[in-house]
Amino acid sequence: MAYSEKIVDHYENPRNVGSFDKNDALVGTGIVGAPECGDVMKLQIKCNEAGKIVDAKFKTFGCGSAIASSSLATEWLKGRTIDQALEIKNTDIVKELSLPPVKIHCSVLAEDAIRAAVSDYKKKQGVEEAATAGAH
Amino acid sequence: MKLPIYMDNNATTPVDPRVLEAMLPYFQGKFGNAASRNHSFGWEAEEGVETAREQIAQCLNASPKEVIWTSGATESNNIAIKGVAQMYKDKGNHIITQVIEHKAVIDPCKYLEQNGFDVTFLPVDKQGMIHPEQVREAMTDKTILVSIMHGNNEVGTINPIREIGRLCKEKEVLFHTDACQTFAKLPIDVEDMGIDLLSASGHKIYGPKGVGCLYVRRKRPRVRCEPIIHGGGHERGMRSGTLNVPGIVGMGKAAEICREHQAEEIKHISALRDRLKKALFDRLGDIFLNGHPTQRIPNNLNISFLYVEGESMMMGIHDVAVSSGSACTSASLEPSYVLKALGLGDDLAHSSLRFSLGRFNTIEEIDYVAERVCATVEKLREMSPLYEMAQEGIDLSTVQWAAH
Repeated sequence: MAYSEKIVDHYENPRNVGSFDKNDALVGTGIVGAPECGDVMKLQIKCNEAGKIVDAKFKTFGCGSAIASSSLATEWLKGRTIDQALEIKNTDIVKELSLPPVKIHCSVLAEDAIRAAVSDYKKKQGVEEAATAGAH
Repeated sequence: MKLPIYMDNNATTPVDPRVLEAMLPYFQGKFGNAASRNHSFGWEAEEGVETAREQIAQCLNASPKEVIWTSGATESNNIAIKGVAQMYKDKGNHIITQVIEHKAVIDPCKYLEQNGFDVTFLPVDKQGMIHPEQVREAMTDKTILVSIMHGNNEVGTINPIREIGRLCKEKEVLFHTDACQTFAKLPIDVEDMGIDLLSASGHKIYGPKGVGCLYVRRKRPRVRCEPIIHGGGHERGMRSGTLNVPGIVGMGKAAEICREHQAEEIKHISALRDRLKKALFDRLGDIFLNGHPTQRIPNNLNISFLYVEGESMMMGIHDVAVSSGSACTSASLEPSYVLKALGLGDDLAHSSLRFSLGRFNTIEEIDYVAERVCATVEKLREMSPLYEMAQEGIDLSTVQWAAH
């Protein structure tokens, strides 16, 4: 399969690979996917006291598109508020990376990872959540 | 060294220049129809075809009369399985095969299953092997055919076909083997091994695509197959259609070259394969060989690299052509059914690469590929959450994953 230049770039030069301390109260961690499905994404956000995302990191087991989707997500998350983070939609990722149809699930997983990380952060901060993202 | 490097010879091989040279006259000067009995053009073409038949027969210890030309091994397997089933259906309706055959065997068997036949798909052991006792136990008085491949295309395991063939002889059941990966490249003797039908392909032996053959035994017993393609009665009535003369000449020449250099090529290619294996195992931890450690075709190396996904590895070694059991490389989004049948979890199937070497690979290429694979796996492990969890001492099998 021929990949877009942007996917190859994120694969070759992944942004923000790494981990934060998951026990830090200002860190939200989302782990989604399963090894049996061939994709596992771990996405972490680090916020300041005002609830703004100052840094983001990821680690991904998966194909090139999954790596690129999570790498892109960490780039987009920095500087956003928690609520703005939830505005990132998988379709935005599909568009930005020109993901082929068979790889759309990679972008869905990235969106799920963002939601899971935000939800973890909110829980630590004691914010009640109306609803959580369901499995897909 | 030229890039990209080709290491996917279990999928197909390049045409050997000597094969191409042998084929060329048959496109123009000797273009005749091998079935034209009344002029020199036909005779020339027929001579080319018969020489090739002889070259194939020599690789099998068979008679040239027992070789039927086809369009490739998929067709050979179809004629062998569906043709025998149709011809012998009054004798019985039971067929025995196994779960990691090529789809060109599995699908015809499934087709027969929908049309009144009973098919037993034997499971394989963890190394991908079928044992003769399994075949013996599965046999009933309705069994008419056993189809067990010689060497597996994905994991390389070689089945004990001599023992299975002899068992079939003893029970008077026909024995077919798909020998795509081994024909002309490993010693095969249809008499000694009790083989009644054998499928082979041109493009796996440095010959052209679009040509293959089926060995069909003529004596003790005389095996008959109902044709799938009707019209003209070519090839002893089993496969009608004007012969692909250049392709046939090419396959014959390719078989001859393989046979003449068989022993030295086995030695050369298995030495390259073992060098690659050693380089990978010396540097990387948590990797596993798939298939049998010793009973395997000389050119195949199938390895699971824990914590990294196959397609992303292939992306990292993009100037090396290999294949993967990962779902992401298949249209179906399902990981390899062969690896799963060996008892690998989906996670290990997703993490596999198949390197299959060939006549034209060099030591220099092996060393380059080993370095590229190791560097890629190391890089991807650094960004793998699974690797991180394993390093922290978490047993991944105890994690509750949210399947998606």
